Amino acid sequence: MKRLKPSLVFIFLVMPCSLLVAFTYYPAIKSLFSSFWNQGTSRRPSKFVGLENYQTLLADDVLAQILWNNALYALVTIPISIGLSIGMALLVNSKIKGTSLMRLSFFLPTMLPMIAVANIWLFFYAPGIGLISQIMQYFGFEPINFLGDASTSLWSMIVVAIWKESGLFMIFYLAALQAVPANLKEAAKIEGASGIQVFFDVVLPLLKPTTIFVAVNALINSFRLIDHVIVMTEGGPNNSSALLLYYIYEVTFAYRDFAYGSALTVFLVALLGLMALFQFKILDKKAHYQ
Amino acid sequence: MKSTINRIAYSTLAISLATVWGFPFIYSLWAAFHEEKYSANFTWNAPLTLENFATVWAAAPFSLYFTNTVILTLIILASNLILCTLVAYAFARYKFPGAGLLFSFIMVQLLITPDILIVENYNTLAKIGLIDTIFGITLPYLTSAFGIFLLRQTFKTVPISLDEAAQVEGANTWRVLWDVYVPLAKPTYLAYALVSISFQWNNFLWPLIVTNSPEVRPITVGLSIFATVESGVEWALVNAATLLSTAPLVILFLIFQRRFVANFMRAGIK
Repeated sequence: MKRLKPSLVFIFLVMPCSLLVAFTYYPAIKSLFSSFWNQGTSRRPSKFVGLENYQTLLADDVLAQILWNNALYALVTIPISIGLSIGMALLVNSKIKGTSLMRLSFFLPTMLPMIAVANIWLFFYAPGIGLISQIMQYFGFEPINFLGDASTSLWSMIVVAIWKESGLFMIFYLAALQAVPANLKEAAKIEGASGIQVFFDVVLPLLKPTTIFVAVNALINSFRLIDHVIVMTEGGPNNSSALLLYYIYEVTFAYRDFAYGSALTVFLVALLGLMALFQFKILDKKAHYQ
Repeated sequence: MKSTINRIAYSTLAISLATVWGFPFIYSLWAAFHEEKYSANFTWNAPLTLENFATVWAAAPFSLYFTNTVILTLIILASNLILCTLVAYAFARYKFPGAGLLFSFIMVQLLITPDILIVENYNTLAKIGLIDTIFGITLPYLTSAFGIFLLRQTFKTVPISLDEAAQVEGANTWRVLWDVYVPLAKPTYLAYALVSISFQWNNFLWPLIVTNSPEVRPITVGLSIFATVESGVEWALVNAATLLSTAPLVILFLIFQRRFVANFMRAGIK
């Protein structure tokens, strides 16, 4: 290890890191400051209001519903995508024919922008002429307006998210499966273990680090990616499909309340920070960052 | 006997899952290559047509959107490759006070990404007058914690003896970096480039907030406006536009598929 010459510090560290500070640290801290002020108008400049925005936040029924939506969205999407992606990885990794076509089919949704995915599914869900409606009518069911009904809109988003994300997770599991030593599986088989036993007792424990990595990424994604909400439902009907970041977007850029938007941003950052802390303290002993 | 049944069950499962998964995309292909009246009407011998693509291309400035997306993706990629290389090299091979702390500060960006800081980043951009510019869209993404992380991991695997040998021969810091480290990290660069390109090509929320005029709109924003307003919600056109705007990325991926997967795995998680 060499010492870093002061002349190089600027080029190597200060220049790149200042950009990072300007668009990650500065906005996070600035949000905290802005959240103590109210939204000014042309006649009344904004003034210091202390914790008023946070009182609003605590009393905000819409926010409570949206947090519930986001929790449900994450808690349903993540385990199902993980389960499916392990299945996909096992299938693609097996000796049956056509694995490359299968891999393409599983991975393609991941390559598409969320906007494109949303457009395709919008058509799928369309009442009356949409494919799902047609299939239901064919079997004599009443068609459902999936996106227009408060009881199905969030579930429709969940299906879209699972379709889009499982293929990406499959890639991580595929890599992990290929790293499982063949002699371990052989040994278990010689001991008389069945294929299913080998999977649960030998392979699955070895996939644990991958699962932690995937789960954390999926959790972050469930708070970060809201393109489909904008395109498919705009959070509706009655906020039934709104997620937290969508609410921030709506409050800030549709209602032009930057102050409350800042308070909500602080809340989101704190939430993600807590999750990171949880991961760090409880799960990180098994993670891969050396 | 038992293994044959197993194999059949396995294959059936595989085929059904792959079919279900591929179905939405195939459906989109169907709608895009047929006239509107066949969008929801599956007649096996319905005539194929490229009409929808021509209509879409003429109805909205897609070539402009493509150009904008390519420009912004390339600015970000070039900046990421250069800046991340510098930071990663400093962390991999130099000793300086506070290195550990600074590195964890940078890694925070993996979690608190610019994507969620839209409120204040918008204010910053407004203050420096870069709203509604392509450069403004790229600004929050010019450095990447993920890129720094991947490259640092790779640089650390380069044997120090190579570095020292080059120095003995009189190479300065820049030569060592360029002649020893960069060539050895090529697979990582390729993997990162593909991740970065696909992320930026697909990015939507931030450009949506920052842009107002068609001249600077990237393809994702252009597509969403076309799909909701300009197409008159004709499914054939929406699907044609959707496929059109994702085609370059899908083709790029098909070309690099195998290498992408292998490289990404080697560079990223072990």
